[in-house]
Amino acid sequence: MFLHGYLPSILDGAVLTLKLAAASLAVSVVLGLVGAMFKMAPSKPLRTLAELYSTVVRGVPDLVWMFLLFFGVQMLLNDLAAAMGWAAPDIDPFIAGVLTLGFIFGAYMTETFRGAIMAVPKGQMEAGAAYGMGPLRIFWRITFPQMVRFALPSFTNNWLVLVKSTALVSVIGLNDVMYRADAAKSNTQEPFTVYMLVAVIFLVITSVSNILLGMLERRYSTGLKENGL
Amino acid sequence: MIDFHLILDKLPAFLGGADGQPLLSTSDGIVMTLELLGASLLLGMLLAVPLALGRVSKNRLLAGSVWFYTYVFRGTPLLVQLFIIYYGLSQFDAVRESWMWQYLQDAWFCAILAFTLNTAAYTTEIIAGQIRTTHWGEIEAARAMGMSKWLMMRRIVIPSALRRALPAYSNEVIMMMQSTAVAGLVTLADITGVARRIYSDTYMAFEPFLIAGAIYLVLTFVFVWLFKQAEQRWLAYLAPRKH
Repeated sequence: MFLHGYLPSILDGAVLTLKLAAASLAVSVVLGLVGAMFKMAPSKPLRTLAELYSTVVRGVPDLVWMFLLFFGVQMLLNDLAAAMGWAAPDIDPFIAGVLTLGFIFGAYMTETFRGAIMAVPKGQMEAGAAYGMGPLRIFWRITFPQMVRFALPSFTNNWLVLVKSTALVSVIGLNDVMYRADAAKSNTQEPFTVYMLVAVIFLVITSVSNILLGMLERRYSTGLKENGL
Repeated sequence: MIDFHLILDKLPAFLGGADGQPLLSTSDGIVMTLELLGASLLLGMLLAVPLALGRVSKNRLLAGSVWFYTYVFRGTPLLVQLFIIYYGLSQFDAVRESWMWQYLQDAWFCAILAFTLNTAAYTTEIIAGQIRTTHWGEIEAARAMGMSKWLMMRRIVIPSALRRALPAYSNEVIMMMQSTAVAGLVTLADITGVARRIYSDTYMAFEPFLIAGAIYLVLTFVFVWLFKQAEQRWLAYLAPRKH
């Protein structure tokens, strides 16, 4: 029998990995939009905060962030609970993984969105203001639809790196595809088959993402004059 | 809350010094990280230049095979590639009985092999992209001088492409430096590996990983600075006019 029946378990892990990646993406997009707005805010402290966030987060490996946030925050919570006389809380590895990955990739998204917003001509926003739109409506109706085109290439890249980074989350004990593969490896004595299967799963995810985001990119570039090359 | 004594106590362990517990050698910590990084970047570059020429070749089979290699290595996590080499290859008796086995059971060798193949894939695409966008005038000038195809590649196209690849390559180097952290997951004592050992020794999580993070951050800044200098030296002719 192929992998002694471990295939369904690994595929289950792959589904969890996909859920983890999608949820982390949502967190990172929100943090990225907030970060980009802070970076372009008139207030100096907000700009410094956003600059610090995007520089420090991008300068440290995601694996180190995971150890630091997962083990460190767990310990902080334990200390806090002990001081308050409560029982030590258990952090759910899925939520911890989503928050950690979201926090890391929010920094990359900050740079992506900042560049994209800056690429939209200022006159567009001014025209919106001249029509009497408020800042939020200007963002959703005018800035956002136009910045998507500029943000997509870098967004696609961030998503692909994010998907590949989910492979690291098994170190904090999440039942993801790598964790399942480790169990299958120990029990089947077929480590090559197991990890090749994992590689194929990741390759399928990244390939499908490339195709879908490529379609989206063409959709958002309609009406754009091409240079004919 | 944060134990600064522990930080001061354990800092030498990252810098190649001994602190008694856990037992580490002078080649651990930063030295190990830079060693893994340097070896894989050098070997990766040696592979990437010929592969990039193959990638832009008119021979469909050659260009297609190089594309397949970079596609697979860029589409899968480095950790999985490392595990396939380090754990996976032992599945085959032929590998275990061959002369290669003495190297393939060594985590240090496997890490360098995996990192090299990974960075070579990204670097190949970076260089191939720059070769494709070489200005036609440079090629015409080389042909007008009567250069053969290979002389033109060696003297004009490759040097020009490598220079223009610098900004993208600097990103790749920094990404690779951070990616070497996964070496800490296959028993190696690089910066992350040392931090993990201190963590399992002391059960203190913040301090060792804070030190590790700070060292990576400093290394990132150093590489950013170095590449800025390199760009000023080799890409000055592409910089916007100052006057």
